[in-house]
Amino acid sequence: MLDVSTRDIKKGVIISITGDVDLYSSPEVRKVIIDLTDKKTKNILVDLSSVSYMDSSGVATLVEGLQQVGKYGGKLMLFGLEAAVKEVFELSRLDKVFEIYPDEQTALDHLKK
Amino acid sequence: MEKEAIIQVRDLVTYYGNRQILKGVNLDIYRGEILVILGRSGCGKSTLLRHLIGLMKPSRGQILIKGRDITTMNEDEMREILKKIGMLFQGAALFNSMTVGENVALPLREHTQLEDSTIQIMTRIKLDLVGLAGFENFKPSQLSGGMKKRAGLARALAMDPEILFCDEPSAGLDPVVAMGIDQLILKLKNAFKMTIVVVTHELASVFTIADRIAMLHEGEIIFQGTAEEIQNSKHPIVQQFLNREADDVEPDREKYLHSLVKS
Repeated sequence: MLDVSTRDIKKGVIISITGDVDLYSSPEVRKVIIDLTDKKTKNILVDLSSVSYMDSSGVATLVEGLQQVGKYGGKLMLFGLEAAVKEVFELSRLDKVFEIYPDEQTALDHLKK
Repeated sequence: MEKEAIIQVRDLVTYYGNRQILKGVNLDIYRGEILVILGRSGCGKSTLLRHLIGLMKPSRGQILIKGRDITTMNEDEMREILKKIGMLFQGAALFNSMTVGENVALPLREHTQLEDSTIQIMTRIKLDLVGLAGFENFKPSQLSGGMKKRAGLARALAMDPEILFCDEPSAGLDPVVAMGIDQLILKLKNAFKMTIVVVTHELASVFTIADRIAMLHEGEIIFQGTAEEIQNSKHPIVQQFLNREADDVEPDREKYLHSLVKS
């Protein structure tokens, strides 16, 4: 089961995902991200600390989010990736494309810069 | 850690008409390994593979995938199992009327509710993985043999399978291109911890990729073990295969004549 929730912060929104992001659940993640990018949310931070499995549909969904925020000069950042999830990004060489931070605080610190 | 058998073949027997093709095959395939099924043409290895992906039902025996017997499954149950299984066919089996990208995207369009935009990105990720970034809009006929195999592999990977089956992945390729495919198979195993079953008779490929080898001869498994163990095997058929010796053909004149003139 997948749970996707959002929390407003001063400079944007944090999306917290809990569960496996796969072919069947990633549309749920997409919906939340696209809702936010449609509203041109300036900064979207995605908390992946409770995601132990993500397949390429999950990765593709986040790439789509990144593409959308790029259109209006927003930011999409990821934090809290478990080793297995990080590996999926590394394999597709997307660890270089995304801004990835170890935890929420570090991600927020980067926003302040 | 105890090895988990993700596929268990139990006493598999199958016939084509009256001819027995598989004669009680028993085989365990462990999660995360590359198992090579080796054997001469006509030994039953492609038939075994067809059973493993549910294309054929055996006359007797069981095939358990993650503990569930696929030989008794109905079409719907089998379809669910197949979603986590990728298959690279011998001739890559791409649709010539579609572009490479459309071929790779096909399983996702058929089996998921993903948005087209997501599928497109996934397709590009897979093509990049097999070294075909930028070939999305090419037609299969515009690709070389090795590139077709890579495209077939990208399609087999479309649904992020747990198990990948490859039927003669290096057949018909020159040694350098074949080596490239072998390296790609190794990369997939290491990167995705995928369980990979390769059917082949190419020895060079076997020693490059296999964690374990099962040798099939006339419908029976005559050897199971590592690459080192097979080289030390004293089994005459295994030895003949490894040493590439031709069959000793001493024709029985009477029998031959009879076969030519029988009415």
